[in-house]
Order: sequence, then structure tokens, then C-alpha cells
Amino acid sequence: MTTQETIKQTFNFSVNGQPQTVHSYPMKRLLDVIREDLTLTGTKEGCGEGECGACTVFMDGLLILSCMTPICQVQGLDITTIEGLADSTGLHPIQDAFYEEGGAQCGICTPGMIMAAAHYLEHPDSAENMGEALAGNQCRCTGYTRIFASVEKAFEAVGKPLPE
Amino acid sequence: MHIPRKEEEIVKRTISRNDDFRVLQHNIKRPEGIDKVTGKAIYIDDLQTENHLYGKTIRSTVAHGILKNIHFKDGIPWDEFVIVTAKDIPGKNVVTLIEDDQPYLCEREIMHKAEPLALIAHEDKHLVEKALNYVEVEVEELPAIFSIEDSQQNKVTLQQSNLTNEFHVGLKEISEDVWTECDQIIEGTYETGAQEQLYIETQGIIGQVDFDGDAIKKVSVWGSMQCPFYIVKALMPLFDVEETQVRVVQTETGGGFGGKEEYPNILSGHAALLSWKAGGRPVRMIYDRQEDLWATTKRHPSKITIKTGFKSDGTLHAMDIDLNLNAGGYITLTPLVLSRALLHCWGPYRCANTSANARAWLTNSIPFGAFRGFGTPQAVFAMELHINKCAAELNIDPAELRRKNLLQYGDTMPTGQVMDEKIDLDFLLDRSLEKSDYVNRRQQIEQFNQSQKSSGGLKRRGIGLCMNFHGGTFAGSGETHMNSHVAMTLDAKGHVDILAGQVEYGQGTITTFVQIASEVLGIPVEWISKHQPDTDVVPDSGPTVASRTTIVVGKMVERCSQALLKKLSEVGLNKDYTANEFQQAAQAYHNKHNELLYVKVKFEAPPDQLEWNEETYEGAAYAAYTWKCDILEVEVDLVDYSAKCDKFISVVECGRVLNPIIAAGQIEGGNAQALGFGLYEDTVLQEGGMANNQYTNYIIPTTADIPEMDIEFIEFPYLDYGPYAAKGIGELPIDAPAAAVAAAVAHAMGNHFICDIPILPEKIMVVAEQAEGI
Ligand code: FES
Ligand code: FES
Repeated sequence: MTTQETIKQTFNFSVNGQPQTVHSYPMKRLLDVIREDLTLTGTKEGCGEGECGACTVFMDGLLILSCMTPICQVQGLDITTIEGLADSTGLHPIQDAFYEEGGAQCGICTPGMIMAAAHYLEHPDSAENMGEALAGNQCRCTGYTRIFASVEKAFEAVGKPLPE
Repeated sequence: MHIPRKEEEIVKRTISRNDDFRVLQHNIKRPEGIDKVTGKAIYIDDLQTENHLYGKTIRSTVAHGILKNIHFKDGIPWDEFVIVTAKDIPGKNVVTLIEDDQPYLCEREIMHKAEPLALIAHEDKHLVEKALNYVEVEVEELPAIFSIEDSQQNKVTLQQSNLTNEFHVGLKEISEDVWTECDQIIEGTYETGAQEQLYIETQGIIGQVDFDGDAIKKVSVWGSMQCPFYIVKALMPLFDVEETQVRVVQTETGGGFGGKEEYPNILSGHAALLSWKAGGRPVRMIYDRQEDLWATTKRHPSKITIKTGFKSDGTLHAMDIDLNLNAGGYITLTPLVLSRALLHCWGPYRCANTSANARAWLTNSIPFGAFRGFGTPQAVFAMELHINKCAAELNIDPAELRRKNLLQYGDTMPTGQVMDEKIDLDFLLDRSLEKSDYVNRRQQIEQFNQSQKSSGGLKRRGIGLCMNFHGGTFAGSGETHMNSHVAMTLDAKGHVDILAGQVEYGQGTITTFVQIASEVLGIPVEWISKHQPDTDVVPDSGPTVASRTTIVVGKMVERCSQALLKKLSEVGLNKDYTANEFQQAAQAYHNKHNELLYVKVKFEAPPDQLEWNEETYEGAAYAAYTWKCDILEVEVDLVDYSAKCDKFISVVECGRVLNPIIAAGQIEGGNAQALGFGLYEDTVLQEGGMANNQYTNYIIPTTADIPEMDIEFIEFPYLDYGPYAAKGIGELPIDAPAAAVAAAVAHAMGNHFICDIPILPEKIMVVAEQAEGI
């Protein structure tokens, strides 16, 4: 079944705190809804296969891959994208640390990587260690060392111990 | 074992932050960094357009044949589509690069799978994808060849000859007399695969043609690219238009690694052709991952045979290198890649008798092209693994075999170039041995392996060491031919804008240029920007390749900044001015001239630059060299036959480090790609097309595969070529770690060398099952 060959429906959900109503085919990828319907282009597509992590967003606080999530599964839920991470007081500590420590090079993996890192900062128990927490997000530029340094710095900044 | 030098000496020679610099050597943040961490940076697929069409490419599924017909079958409203075939092309159907062999769209002879045959576009993205299944291509198949061996044996002759290029350095051949002077002769053959660049942002271009009546007024493209001016030169003959009628704009580029050096020429042509045929509607051509993997260039596969002769004390006496690359179906950048491979193939060693031959061979594989290192990683893999293999056969520690033969200041390289940089490779080696605790670790690892063996344990460990050099800039007189320019503008408020065609794709171009300008101009970095590469505005400063951005174009930024100061001295800016006075001078200039201050400089070769003879391959191949030593450890698991690198240090000499975080980031990223090249990255070519063209099926290193790397920079004495004695750094890191990891695996496997990469578990399994005593 292609996204085309069904009937459009209405979906209500929120993105970065804003209520949204989208008229869409139910199998349309959340990634495309975010990027095309809402023109929030911070969320990236690296593979479309659920492998690279570039499309990572939060759905009700959980990390999900928006390329693998049809919009029909988002009905009534809260989505947070990279655009919603910084608040009026400034950058999120993870964003700040990536900026300071050289965690972003070409920057294409960065939004997804930052979402995964922000989730880990919030829930350090969600993974064995930092490497595992970020293993679903691939970066071709950095070799990960500066990304690790950025995450360490963010833990330090918020005064949380980094799990060994 | 050599005793490392005293600590004071190391500290003295190790680069330290020099407080004389206000901006350089400091970790200035990327000016575009905030946009990147907040998702505001605009990559090509983020650029909004109106009234656009989506373009797709119809490609060959056969590797070699004659294109007979393209049928557009029922079931699709074809009359709503824009369709372009070769016969529509208004100008020359040739992708401008080195040879005129590659068409934008095939006219007759198909040379490889995935070759573009026709283009279609429609405003419904899903319909255009579906339509691809309703196209039938009629082809008369021809016999095809895929390997270097088949091409060498002329099983099929492609074009006039399968041999595209042949270059030679050093002795014509090594005489029997020389071989008899050697006490031991060791030979090996080394092979590398078609590594994929796998930038996380796929290739993408938006094209739009403007008309003046029926005539083309302007051909514009926006997109992900490394070389905007290559595209200008490619679009001119395609549409038969003047340079001023072409505009190319680089959008934020999500990685390139060489993969966006030449391929965007083709994609730009395709997007612009569709827009032209569509009467000027913008056409978006953003590849999905499968198409990107299926259609775009990869690293040239190589097969290199090395024969070396040693004296009984380990002195390298003769070296015969036979280097072969698979070019694929079209020549693209192959001659340059081959040349660079050749000019790095003898490694950082002195050898009295060297003969090196390099040849590239046409096949019906996808065309191979630029990838970070540009031939060098293949050459360095072969030589460095060979040296480790020789050490094992000579029963000498690999570090000591290298020390015996390291190139010294004043030595002559096989090209005849005298090493006039005050290099000290012994120091580079010592520092690396010390940093990695090499001597102890090697011993401990050997004990560990012994005890694993005797207790039936299934882990083995190994340590590997490699050294290499990398020539920065274009080889020979390439830079002089380029005729690059850099310009700057200054507005009344004192804001400086750097104009250059160099692109940022993660490697830090913007930051580096802004830092250099800020240092010269004595104003805060925040007052300086680098203009987005837009060929209507910026001058051609040459392509963003070949580790030339910092050393060559950075130097021009320095000179341009000086030229700007000279202009301001005309309005009374004195020697020791403050930033405020700079601003006042900017205002004064504008009051006087009532226009933006614009200065421009042109590339100037240093007056004492040595000659390079392109015919004989003699002379100074590169203006400057960078140096590196990698030491890493692996653990091999004899249950699943995996090898994992878990310790990694690099010591690097790249002149003055202008921004330590960016420089380390380049080394770490290059090291990781090189580990992928050595251990994981397997492009499965079936009849020359990538069979595993899905992200899931092409394994690159993840956080779980890469150890934290420890990078240290040292500095050899001043080299007056690049800006503030800096050299380029982009490619150096990717050259050697694949050999280091292969050497470490061999060490773990009782000196059984696996000489073709990637070293997949199945190869380790074969060695483990067949070899004795592992
Ligand atoms: S785009 Fe969703 S995981 Fe790659
Ligand atoms: S910064 Fe380029 S892919 Fe991660």
C-alpha cells in the first residue's frame, strides 16, 4: 500500500507545545509531516530505513525514529523536535555543549544526535553507557570522540554524574 | 629498543598554545555552529521552493550494452510528465571533467549499471516514483568486465584501450644486481575495496532555468557540493551558455568526503535539464539513500604488489611497486587519483633503489571517483601493511624496522624531491611509542595471547603501528594552473565578508578563514563572516579538495586581509590601531568613496617553489607534507571472529594547529572512516553495481565500534608556505589506520596477514581455521 492509495484523514497532535491539525494519508511518515506539512526542517532524513538516527524526535518523551513512524500512530500525542529543545532562556545544555566542544561538524546528524543525547541526559539509566545510548545515531564526520566530549560536558554542566 | 628522548625535549617540541596569537590556536567556535545545533541550518532538502517538480532518473540495469529504446508503458499519465532523453540536450552531452568520455544521458553504449538513460519529472513526488516502474528499457547486452585482472587481460576492450593512464616514478626497473645485493627479498599483494563515502546527507540539487523569450537567460542550481565552479564549467557546454549565465549556490552540505567533488556536476546537469524542458519550473532532485548508493562514485578498488629487498641489518635497499586501480566505466577523476596514489606509495622511508608504476583500468563497474585521500589510502594501506609483514618475516619489531629506514631531513625521495622540511620522524615515532606505551603493551599482549592459547581462551589481542605522510595542495604545478582568487568586502560599520568559492562541509573552512582574517585584521571574529559560496558573488578560489583549503586558500585569506589593511592605511589607519580605530577607518573609507571596500588577491606561488615535471614525474610533487603515526590495539574474538579496535592514539604533524578542537575533530573523523575502510565497509559489487545499496547493509562504525581516540599534535620547525605555518589536515588521517588495524589483527593471529580489506569476520575465520598455532 502506498501512502497515496488510501484516503486522507485528520490527525491532531502537538509539536513543540503547539497543537497541530494535519490532513494526511494515515501511512505518511511523521518525518514528512514534520518537514513538509509543518516546514520544520531541523529533523533530517539520512536513510529512511530506521538505521541512521538523523530523524530522531521525542514522542511523549520517548525517543522515536520519525522515518519509521506513520502519522496515524501520533494521534493525540506530543512530539518534540530539535526546534523545540531550546527554550526562551537559551540553548538546551546538550546543544550548548555540542556547540562548545565541536560535537557538530557537517551538522547533518546533529539534530538527531542531540535528541538522543538530550534523552540520555534526562534518563541516564536508559542505557548501559553513553556509547550504547548513542549507538542508534550515526555520524560520519566526527569519529564520535567530540560527541562523547560534548555529552560529558553537558552532564557536568547540569551537575549529573556521567554513568560509567 | 631505542630509548625515548627526555621529557623536557618532548615538551619543548610539542606544540603549545602560543599566547602571541590573539585568535589562532584558540578554540574559536564555528560561526555556523548555533544554526547546526538548533536545526536552523538549511541543507538542500530544507530549501523551500514553489511550483516545483520532482525529478527522477531512469538508469541502466545492465553493465554493458547498446541502448535500443526506452518505452513508457501504459498506466501512467505520461503526458503530464516532463521527460528528457539524450536527444533533447541543447548543448554538448558531455560531463566536463578530465576526459570527454561521460555523457549526462546515455546515447548509445551503456558502460555500467546505474548509468543515467533518461530523466522524468512530475509535481507529484509519489507518482514520479511509481512511474519509474512503468519504464522499460530495451538493451542489446554486450560482454562485460569487472575486475582489474579481466581488464588487464583484455577480456573485453572498452573504448580504445582498457588502460586509462600509466605513470611511473623512479628507476625504470630494479636490476638483478640490486636484488642480489639484498639479503632478503619479501613480496606481497594488497587489495582494497570500493569504500562508499556515506555522507549522512544524500546528494541533492535544485535546478532552475530562466528564459528570455525562448532563449536561456540563466541556469541556476542550488545544492550539496564541494566544488561550485566545477559545476559552472560543466553547465556551460551542456546548455551552450556563457559563464555569466550560470549561477551555482552551495547550501549547507552534510558531509562530502570527496563524494560531492565531481558527482554534483552530473546531478546539476540533470536537474537543470528537467527545469529547462519544463519551461523553467524549479526541479528538485534529492536522491534517496538507495539511489545515492546505487548511482554515485566510490573509492577506486586497488591491487598493489610490492617487492622489497633488505640488507641483513634491516636497511631497505630496493622497492618495486606495481599499483593498479579499477577506474570503473568512465574516467571521471581517475588520472588524478592514480597520480596521487603513486606519489604516496613509497611511504616515509629512504630507499636507494625505487621503481614505482601506476596504472588505471577501465571496467564495466560504476565509475569510481574522489574520496578523501584520493588514492593515497590504497597506496598507504599496501606499503604500511607490507612493512609490518616484512618486520614479521625479518623478525624485527615493526617500530624498529621503521626507525631503521625513516626518511630524514635532506633525503631525496624517488621523485628526486629533496626533503627540505626539517622533519624529525624519529621524534614522531618516539612520541607515539611513549604515548601508547608500545613496548610494554606489545609484551603484555603477547603474554595475554600465550595464556589464552594455553587455557583454551577465545580472545586474542594485537597492536598495530603505521606511519605515513600526505602531500598537501594539488600535485606539482596544479595550483599555479588553478589561478585561484580570494576577495573581501568591508562595510562602513567595520564588518568584513570573506568571498571565496571554498565550501564548508564540516571540516571547518568558515572558522579557519574567519580566524586567519581576525588575526591579521586585529578585529573580533564576530565582525567577520564568510559569504555563502554563490558563483555570482564569490571568486573562484579552486575546489574544496586535496587538503588545499587551509594551506593555499587560507594563505590567500591572510594576504587579502593584508591588502585590506593597506587600503585602510590610505584613510589614515596607523600601525598599532585598536578595533575601534579599525571601525572608524572603515567609516572614513566609506565617507570618502561612498562604496563597499572591495579587495581581491590572486594565488602566488612562493618564489622558491621547486619545479615539477609532469612528463617525467620528477621534481617537487608537493609543496608541503604532513606526517602521522598511529598505534592502535584490537581484540579478536574467536567465537564470532570479529575484530574490535579498543585503543587508538595518533600523533600528528600538520604545522601550526589553528584551531585545536577542529583539527582533532578532523583526525578523529578520518581515523574512524579509516577503521571502517579496514574492518567493516564492504561494497558488494555484483556486475559492477552495488548490490547492498541500503544503509542497513553497508556497515559504518558506530559509537559502539570506535574507541575514544587520543590525538596529539607536534610541530616540526617553521614552514613558510601556508598561513601562519599551518598545513592542510583533511586527508592525512584516513591514509594509514586501515593498515594499522590490519597489522594489529595479524599480530593477534600469530603473524598471519590478511591483505585485502575490509577484514570481515569470514576472513578471520578462514585464517583461524586454516592456520597453525592461533
Ligand atoms: S532517516 Fe530515520 S533512521 Fe535514518
Ligand atoms: S557531523 Fe557530519 S555526520 Fe555527524
